[in-house]
Amino acid sequence: MMAPLGWQLIRGWAILVYLFMFLPVAVVVLLSFNASQFGSFPMTGFSFRWFVELWNNDAILRAFQTSMILGALTAVISTTLGVLASLALVRYRVPGANAVTTMLIAPILVPEVVLAVALLLFLNFLGINKSFTLLLFGHVIFTLPFVILVVQARLVSIRRDVEEAAMSLGASPMQTFFQITLPLMMPAVLAGGLFAFTISFDDITGTLFWKPGGVETVPTQIFAMLRNSISPEINALGTVMIFLTVGLPLLGAAIARKISNKGGT
Amino acid sequence: MSVEAREARQPWILLSPALTAVGLLLFVPLLFIVVYSFWLRTASGADQVGFYLDNWNEALTDAFYRDILLNTLKIAVITTIVCALMGYPSAYFIARSKGNKPLLLLLLMLPFWISYIIRTMSWINILGVSGALNTLLLWLGIIDEPIQMLYNETTVILGLVHYLLPFMVLNVFVSLDGIDTTLEDAANSLGATRWQAFTQVTLPLSLPGLAAGSLLCFVLGAGTYITPLVLGGPTDAMFANLVFEAIITQLNWPLGSALSLMLLVVLGLLVMIYNRYLGMAQLMKGLG
Repeated sequence: MMAPLGWQLIRGWAILVYLFMFLPVAVVVLLSFNASQFGSFPMTGFSFRWFVELWNNDAILRAFQTSMILGALTAVISTTLGVLASLALVRYRVPGANAVTTMLIAPILVPEVVLAVALLLFLNFLGINKSFTLLLFGHVIFTLPFVILVVQARLVSIRRDVEEAAMSLGASPMQTFFQITLPLMMPAVLAGGLFAFTISFDDITGTLFWKPGGVETVPTQIFAMLRNSISPEINALGTVMIFLTVGLPLLGAAIARKISNKGGT
Repeated sequence: MSVEAREARQPWILLSPALTAVGLLLFVPLLFIVVYSFWLRTASGADQVGFYLDNWNEALTDAFYRDILLNTLKIAVITTIVCALMGYPSAYFIARSKGNKPLLLLLLMLPFWISYIIRTMSWINILGVSGALNTLLLWLGIIDEPIQMLYNETTVILGLVHYLLPFMVLNVFVSLDGIDTTLEDAANSLGATRWQAFTQVTLPLSLPGLAAGSLLCFVLGAGTYITPLVLGGPTDAMFANLVFEAIITQLNWPLGSALSLMLLVVLGLLVMIYNRYLGMAQLMKGLG
């Protein structure tokens, strides 16, 4: 046992840190149910009106749609690229594997602002202006390293002998991949995709550089709204985002656990 | 083709889409802005192709850029130190807790999943003129009218700490969790006090995690421009804000390229020094 006093100090400090992390977020959720027409204290009553207004705000709904489509496409492309690369790195002896890995995670070693500027200027030079395509390219390259790190970590734990057994029983490499390897990899693939989606959905640093005028994602929409003043609508939108970005990964983790449990021990 | 040759080619076929993407969307663009930084923005708004040192001259000698760069590094250093002071004991608490470790860690990592812009703006609810703190102080009678606590360097640092703390906690936790706790017991049985056992056994062993967390906090903190825009005042611009100004507002892309590269070199040097002494493996452990 730790000396009780020292341990109590550490525990007290940790509790303060937890409060520091959660209080501001809790206040956002609390204020989003505030009946008052100003987005601030005091609370005057409990109301869903800001969520109703959110639902009736075309600009926000459009931003939501853009973010969803962008996130989904980013997740599909990034996960496909990432899973293939991870398979190569985990399953084969690649000469210079360390250098290859460093190259693949380079997009997160470069400050995102610099990545954003370089991509914008280069693609503009090639004739691709600020557009949804540019946004998609940007989000793919920025999320790819995260997918590779997550998928690689999960792939390592899949044993190879099941595949070898399938092959020795006469399955073709294709059959083996789709009937054995892919199902076993599914939790890793889902985790990678979900990670890519969440990061894309949340991104603002690069997005502000790449987005064409008039197109907003949810974070850039919130940023634009903050320019005026903080309204309860932003808090309501924040609450929706909090439940989405916290709820989705938790749901994903639960599904992944269920699938891997069903897959046998 | 022999079986061996095909076997050797297969991983490269799998790797090629990802490597092509990183090459075309990161490395070539980075080389491109090196070239672009020597072009010149003319009064007509067109970019003059050529080899001009004007942008570099301006970026490297103008005291305005130097001061903001130094101030950015100062803010990043303070942020990192505060993250370490807040994060290390918390990570220690989680790693040595008898309770549900994964749950405790998950709880502290949850804010990591919550939108960056939401977490940043949430401080306006707390510190704004009609925010929680002012309301509380007014109600307690400590102040007579609301005080403006927002939009200064301190609130920028506060926002950055709130954003980056999970990176620190996770990295320190990963390295603390990997330390055999019997080492501390051994030190104790050999006569060391708890404090000595911590400072001479546990702390040195956890330094790689602390270093990885610090690097992430520093690099991510020094590269941000959103936090100063939301929580800072007009004079609290960080270096990335200058890049944003040059590229998006003034449309001076050659100058913006030079400024981006300056930021890349300063932060890249740090990553390289880190990589030279500690390697990337520790960093990946914390990210994966």
